[in-house]
Amino acid sequence: MLGKLSWSAIPFSEPLPLISTAVVVIIILVALGIVTVKGWWPYLWREWLTSVDHKRIGVMYVTLGLVMLLRGFADALMMRSQQALAVGTAQGYLPPEHYNQIFSAHGTIMIFFVAMPLVIGLMNFVVPLQLGVRDVAFPVLNSVSFWLTAAGALLVNVSLVIGNFARTGWMGYPPLSGIQFSPDVGVDYYLWSLQISGIGTLLTGVNFVTTILKLRAPGMTYFRMPVFCWTALAANLLIVAAFPILTATFLMLLLDRYLGMHFFTNDAGGNQMMYVNLFWAWGHPEVYILILPAFGIFSEVAATYSGKALFSYRSMVLATLAICILSFMVWLHHFFTMGAGANVNAFFGIMSAIIAVPTGVKVFNWLFTMFRGRIVLGTPMLFLVGFIVTFVIGGLTGVLLAIPPVDFVLHNSAFLVAHFHNVIIGGVLFGVLAGYNHWFPKAFGFTLDERLGKASFWCWLVGFYLAFMPLYVLGLMGMTRRLQHIADPSWRPWLLVAGAGAIVIFCGILCQIAQLYVSIRTRERRRDLTGDPWNGRTLEWATSSPPPAYNFAVLPRVETIDAFWEMKQRGRRPVEASYETIHMPRNSPTGFITAFFAVVTGFALIWHIWWIVIVGLLAAATTILVFGWSDDREREISATEVARMERTQVGLGGAR
Amino acid sequence: MSTAAFEVAPKRLAPQSDGGPAPTRIVVAYGFWIFILSDIVMFSALFAAYAVLSNNTAGGPSGAELFNLRNVFLMTMCLLFSSYTAGLGALSAEQRKPERFLVFAAVTFVLGAAFLFLEMSEFAGMISKGAGPWRSAFLSAFFTLVGMHGAHVTGGLVWLAYMMAQVAAKGLRPAVLRRLLCFSLFWHALDIVWIGVMTLVYLMGAQ
Repeated sequence: MLGKLSWSAIPFSEPLPLISTAVVVIIILVALGIVTVKGWWPYLWREWLTSVDHKRIGVMYVTLGLVMLLRGFADALMMRSQQALAVGTAQGYLPPEHYNQIFSAHGTIMIFFVAMPLVIGLMNFVVPLQLGVRDVAFPVLNSVSFWLTAAGALLVNVSLVIGNFARTGWMGYPPLSGIQFSPDVGVDYYLWSLQISGIGTLLTGVNFVTTILKLRAPGMTYFRMPVFCWTALAANLLIVAAFPILTATFLMLLLDRYLGMHFFTNDAGGNQMMYVNLFWAWGHPEVYILILPAFGIFSEVAATYSGKALFSYRSMVLATLAICILSFMVWLHHFFTMGAGANVNAFFGIMSAIIAVPTGVKVFNWLFTMFRGRIVLGTPMLFLVGFIVTFVIGGLTGVLLAIPPVDFVLHNSAFLVAHFHNVIIGGVLFGVLAGYNHWFPKAFGFTLDERLGKASFWCWLVGFYLAFMPLYVLGLMGMTRRLQHIADPSWRPWLLVAGAGAIVIFCGILCQIAQLYVSIRTRERRRDLTGDPWNGRTLEWATSSPPPAYNFAVLPRVETIDAFWEMKQRGRRPVEASYETIHMPRNSPTGFITAFFAVVTGFALIWHIWWIVIVGLLAAATTILVFGWSDDREREISATEVARMERTQVGLGGAR
Repeated sequence: MSTAAFEVAPKRLAPQSDGGPAPTRIVVAYGFWIFILSDIVMFSALFAAYAVLSNNTAGGPSGAELFNLRNVFLMTMCLLFSSYTAGLGALSAEQRKPERFLVFAAVTFVLGAAFLFLEMSEFAGMISKGAGPWRSAFLSAFFTLVGMHGAHVTGGLVWLAYMMAQVAAKGLRPAVLRRLLCFSLFWHALDIVWIGVMTLVYLMGAQ
């Protein structure tokens, strides 16, 4: 009746996960209670859960990413403290069984449920506005994408209390992740949550490639698109080309685990290295799916806060596309030690080093953009400067690791851990935080507190260096990654410094929470009444903050790069716009309901409850079929209504 | 007055990039085409896995011992002719002839179902001979690749039946025509994948 599920799945003997889960569950129940008591459900359902507005979906993605950041960071704190404590004869407080789940969950969550939602969320919010259009190509699909991502995140968190999570590391290499060595549900949680969220990500890719290539304001040729749109295009092309590989790879591992097949098993002709190859054929492009939009954000930030056009727009675009293509030719550098032979390793080593060239072009472009600019050192600009320095260091250690003989020494060492945190925190996360501070007033109509924003930046920067520079040293001293116990006491001082760094980063996160809180409290003082608080250059600043549901009452006409800047320079008098009826997509519960059944189905698959699997799949399919039958998917906003909204919005700026 | 701080786009025919957002029909077909590309990427991963594992029979039967090319020929003919009738159906829809569309769609459905029947009987025959997907890595890859194509055909049949119902209930209105366009793209893409399966799996494996 309930498959493998029984009371023994709940870890009553382990107080730590049980208590933390209880706290989270209580917080959720209290939140739900408040929503119920205050009667906010209709509002939530109408304005958020069923919303297909790209701006709302973007905000929900970013919220999901920030909440999951807290979860992933809690894992990080536990790992740092365990490694600082469990030295020599001491064993620390986390048994190996638990510790292995923590580092696996940390990697999985940070990549799939923090970095991806944050990046996709910013793309969702910004790209249609920058393109000067009213929504993405497929708004309901967009909602499905988001809710499937949220469904995956929920399943990962369920594993905290019902059953356990994978103990395989976030890549889930077989044969360890095969049924023989991981017979319990941990790997299934990992696989199904990523399959579900992966479908959501793939659909996002399809949606945004179509949006950017087919929906742009009149006059916006490719070479007039903002650089962020270019990088979003490149990232989404990579999603379309790379995520199906991950889906297929996980499918094969699932078939091994569920139907006793032999893709990756030790016996019957299975090939484990095929998993590793396929995984990284997705995994390396994934790195660029994350970093390219961050590059785009920094390009917008560099131009805006330097008060001048981006240096060499065309070379920036070409570098983006070069990275997009090269990212598919380097995957083997993740496992030079496989033993593919000197020639193969040399090829992939050289290709990996070559990626540094277009990246270097970008770094110089940002520097030259700032050169002789009127620099405003706001929080986003600080993140840019911190990023340039930090990312160059991370890039250089990457080039080091791209040399196969060096990699043979440093493979799977703490040096590698330091390297990829260096580029992901210093690159992706700094980029996302810059974008968060930069676009927040556009989303909510008031700016974020600068003092606390800067404090959080300094904590992140200093904390990052304290936490990860010691790991470079430890890697060179021979420390491998994922150690639950440290045998060599001479490593301890470095581990203590790294632990202190994690605490400083924690202060940075606290500053951000405080920043949000303070900014909301003082929002009346920090209203953005103009829609253009930073003297922006691109079209998202041409509408009010927050923008109306239809973004632009009249689609702008684009004649140059930095279209809005040009409009401001020419001082065009506002045309007494003749408004027309606007068609906007209707809200739809399709995404929410599909994702609900996806969670149910995923959970039942994990626990082998086959009848629920069938019911869940049928229900999800029915939801989609019902949506597929409907024709009445648009609502009209009449010209008089548009005129009325434009009168109330512009000038009051966000006082909706 | 920030929203109005730019010129109004003149309404005129212009090149795509100049004319603003593309019409819905183009956006939908283009988006679905991108989705099919992603699907083909997924198939290519399965093809790669099959190529790697095709000789790993682990003492079990090989393709040469299992494949029946006569059956494969019949399957191929069913699928290719179903694409032909699907094309005729699409033409009838373009000409706004719902009855003719329904006839061709029904023929397409029958041919697709015949393909699936032949595939299922092939699978059942192999499993009864002890050559199921759990026998060897080769057979795992075979069943997964061919079965994934079969699953797509199954999904296509459900979709086709659903579209027939839509045409019967609502007629060939623009939204229905757009969905039919997507279905056509999907059905023809399955042919392309099948050509790959037939060549790489059956023709090369039967030797």
